Amino acid sequence: MREISEPVPKKDHAAKMDGSAVYVADWPHKDMLHGKFIRSPHARARVVEIKLPPLPAGYFAVDKNDVPGINEVHIVMDDTPVYANETVEYIGEPVLMLVGPDEDEVKRLADETQVVYEELPPVLGIRNFDTVFFDYRYDKGDVAAAFAAADQVYEEEFETGYQEQAYLETQGMIARYSDGKVAVHGSMQCPYYIHGAVAKATGLAADKVRIAQDITGGGFGGKEAYPSILACQVAVAAYKAGGRPVRVVFDRREDMEYTSKRHPSLCVYKAAVKDGRVTALDIDILYNAGAYTTLTAVVLQRGVIAASGAYNIPNLKVRGKGVKTNTAPSGAFRGFGGPQTFFAIEMMMIHIAKALGEDSLAFRLRHLARQGDTTSTSGRYHFPVPLPAMIEAVDQASDYRRKRAEYSKAQTGRFRKGIGMSLWFHGAGFTGSGERDHIKAVARLRKRPDGRVEVLASQTDMGQGIKTTLCKIVAKELSLPLERVFYENPDTDRVPDSGPTVASRSLMIVGELLRQCAIQLRERWRDGEEQTVEEHYKEPDFLLPFDLDHFQGDAYPTYSWAVAAAEVQVDSLTGVQEVLGAWGSFDAGTPIDQNILRGQMEGGFLQGLAYASMEQMEADGKGRIRNNSLSDYIIPTAMDVPVMEAQAYVEEYPDGPYGAKGAGELPTVGGAAAYLGAVEQALGGASLGRIPFGAEDALSVLRADAPKEVG
Amino acid sequence: MDDAIVFTLNGKQVRYAGSATARLLDVLREDYRLTGVKCGCREGECGACSVILDGRLANSCMVAMGRVDGGTVTTIEGYRETARFKALDEAYASVAAVQCGYCIPGMVLASECILAKNPHPSEAEIRVGISGNLCRCTGYNAIVKAIGIAAKEGEGLW
Ligand code: FES
Ligand code: FES
Repeated sequence: MREISEPVPKKDHAAKMDGSAVYVADWPHKDMLHGKFIRSPHARARVVEIKLPPLPAGYFAVDKNDVPGINEVHIVMDDTPVYANETVEYIGEPVLMLVGPDEDEVKRLADETQVVYEELPPVLGIRNFDTVFFDYRYDKGDVAAAFAAADQVYEEEFETGYQEQAYLETQGMIARYSDGKVAVHGSMQCPYYIHGAVAKATGLAADKVRIAQDITGGGFGGKEAYPSILACQVAVAAYKAGGRPVRVVFDRREDMEYTSKRHPSLCVYKAAVKDGRVTALDIDILYNAGAYTTLTAVVLQRGVIAASGAYNIPNLKVRGKGVKTNTAPSGAFRGFGGPQTFFAIEMMMIHIAKALGEDSLAFRLRHLARQGDTTSTSGRYHFPVPLPAMIEAVDQASDYRRKRAEYSKAQTGRFRKGIGMSLWFHGAGFTGSGERDHIKAVARLRKRPDGRVEVLASQTDMGQGIKTTLCKIVAKELSLPLERVFYENPDTDRVPDSGPTVASRSLMIVGELLRQCAIQLRERWRDGEEQTVEEHYKEPDFLLPFDLDHFQGDAYPTYSWAVAAAEVQVDSLTGVQEVLGAWGSFDAGTPIDQNILRGQMEGGFLQGLAYASMEQMEADGKGRIRNNSLSDYIIPTAMDVPVMEAQAYVEEYPDGPYGAKGAGELPTVGGAAAYLGAVEQALGGASLGRIPFGAEDALSVLRADAPKEVG
Repeated sequence: MDDAIVFTLNGKQVRYAGSATARLLDVLREDYRLTGVKCGCREGECGACSVILDGRLANSCMVAMGRVDGGTVTTIEGYRETARFKALDEAYASVAAVQCGYCIPGMVLASECILAKNPHPSEAEIRVGISGNLCRCTGYNAIVKAIGIAAKEGEGLW
C-alpha cells in the first residue's frame, strides 16, 4: 500500500458530524423572499393565459417575460427554457414563480393562480417516440459477414427503468441581485456550469455573475445540470426582486417528481456466434431523454461506447438514439449511461452461454478484452485489464463458483437461492476530447505568508471526499501537515475553472493538476511570501484522438474495472427477494484514501444493486410520476443488504496522481446484472431482461408454465 | 393566561408560545435556529429530522408541538456537548462514516439511542437501530462499523 492511501479524518467531518454545517436550507431566511413554482399539470399543452390573483405589496410573479437575457438554460444544447415558452412539455414544467416575503402567503397565492392551457397530445413511453434528439452510430469490423457466417444468432430485448438519485438533501438555491451583479449559492456539483447558464439567462457579463457552492447533501449526478436550471430561475427572480435575496428549496415530492433521473432504456441486442464465440453484435439502443435534451447527448455517448461491455467483440454495429417523450428531462446519475448498456450486455452474455450450455462465467472469461486489444471504438486498452484476477478475488470472497453449481440443482422449497456475477468498466473522465476541447481545466495553489496553502479549484465536495483527497495530494508533495492545506467550498469569484465535479474526473484530472502545482510551488517556495502557482490540463500523449462523429479512437484514456457477485433468495410464495450477500472488487487505481474509496465503493455498490431490485419509478398513462416520495420510491435501509463487502484492487494509472483513476461512478455501474443473474438462477433458470425486478415480476415468472427461453 | 408549551430543549427549559399543531421540526429549525435538525422529507420517511424525545428517537417532522409539552427534546446541538458524542465523533471519523453529512445528525442520535438501550449491540441490532434513518451515500457499512467502534472505545459511557 502506498503511504498516500492511509486514511485520515476527513476535512469536512467535524462540521457535518456536530450539525454545524450550513446547507442551503439552513441559511437564516427571515429576510429572504420565498419562491414557489406554478407547474404544468399537463404532459403537453399550450399556455393560453396566466390569471394571477391580486398580489399584495411585495409579492410578484416571474415568468419568461422577466428573463433579462435569453430564455434558455445553457447546458449542452440550450433548448431547456428558463421559464416555459408557449408550450409546456412535461408535467411539472415551471411556467412561473410566485415570490414574496411570507412563505405561506406565497403558497396561498400560488394556489389561487390559474393558468389556462390548451392540451396537446403528449408522446409517452419510450417505444412511442416521434422525435429523435440524438442518433449515433458506429461500426467496427464487418458485422454483415459475421452474421452470414454465424452458427447461431441470438436476439433479445433489455429494458431498464428510471432511477432517482434520492440525495438526502433536496435541491435548493438562493440568489441575490445587487449593484449590477447576481450572486447565487446553493446545492450543486458544477459552479462553472451554473455560471455560464446564469450569465446567458440574465444577460450579465461573466464578472457580474458569482456562483458559490453551499455544503451539498449528496448529488450522484442529480446536481450536475439541474442546478443550472434552478439557478437561472431563481436568479431571474432575484433580478426582479431588486436587492432582496430569493430562495427556493424543493420539498421531497417536488424534487423526486420533477428533477432529472437516470434515463430509462430499451436495448435490442443481436449476437452472431461462431464456434462458441460471439463474433458480432448488432445493437440498437434507445434512451428516454424526456422533454428536453439537457445531458442526454453525453449520457447516451457513454452508454453507446460501453455497449459491448468488457469484451473483445471483433465486429460491432451500434446505434443509439436519445428520444423525446413528454416527461421530466432525464439526466446524469452516477454511471452516466453506463448502467443501462452494461446491464444489457451482461445479461446477453449470460443468456448466450446458457443457450450454448456453457458456464456463464467461463464463457465471459473467454471473451474478455486484454491489454492491447481494441476497444469498441477501435481505440486501445493501453493498460492491463485486471478482471481475471478480480474475478478470482470475488470468487474467493463470495464462494461464487461453488454456490453457482449448488443453486443450479433443482430447488423446490419455498425459499430459493441464486448467485450471479457481473463484470464491467467505467471509462475514466470525460468521453472523447471533452477534457481537452471543452473543459480546459485550470487549477491553482495559493501559499499564504504564514505558510498555509489554499487549493483553488472548482471541485465540489458533496460527500465523496474530494476536499480531503485533493488536500492530501498537495500536503504530500509539499511535505506539509494536512492541517496546513485547506480548501474552501468553490466560489467562482475566487477559484479558476478546473471543470465540473462529474465523470469521475476530479481526482484523476484535477488531483494531478494540483500535484503538478504543488511540485511547482515546492521548487519556487519562498518563506513568508504570498505565492500563487497555476497548471493547465494537458492531454496524455499516448491517446488515439477520438472522433466523435464516427466514434473512433480512444474514448477514454484509461478504465476503472469492477467485478461483483450477488446472492439472492426468492420467496416463491410472495416473490419477495432478499440479498443474502454482495461482494465486489473495484479497481480505481491507487486509493488516495482507503476509507474514502471504501465509502465510494460501498455506497455506490448499494445504489447499483437497488437499481435492479427495489428502486421502482414509472410515469403513468398521463405522463405523471407517481413514485414521488420516499414511501413510494424505496431506497435501501441498513437492513436491506446486511452483507456487502467491497475490496479495492489496484492497477495504477501512470497519468493519475500516484496512480489514481476514476472512482466515484464505477461501483454503481454494473451491479444490476449480478443481481438479476442471481434471481434468474433462483427462479430455476428463467431468462430475464428487465429491471427493476420486483416481487410481482418474480411471481409472474413462477406462475408461468415454463420459463421463457431466449434465442 | 399562559397556555405556552413548556419543555426541556437541550437541557434548558423553554417556553414555546406558538401553535400546538406546529411541527417540532419547523419550530426547532425556525424558532430555535437548531439547523442541525435536517429536513429530508417532512413525511416521516427519512430520519434526517431525528431528535431524542423523552429518551426515544423521534422523527421531529411527525411530532406536533402539543405532544412536546412537559417533555424533553435533545437535538444534535445539545448532544454534541456530551462525552458520548465525543466517542461517536471519533469512531465516525476513524472510518470516514460521514459523506454528504445530511443524514448524520439523525444517525448520531440514532446511534445514541441504540447504545443507551444496549451498550454492546450486535451488528444486526445496530442495523435495526438505524433502519429508520436513510443514508444515500455510505451504503451503511461505515456507520454500522462506527457505532460498533464507539461501543468498544466508549466502554463505560453507556
Ligand atoms: S424529514 Fe422527518 S423523517 Fe424525513
Ligand atoms: S452521508 Fe449522505 S446521506 Fe448519509
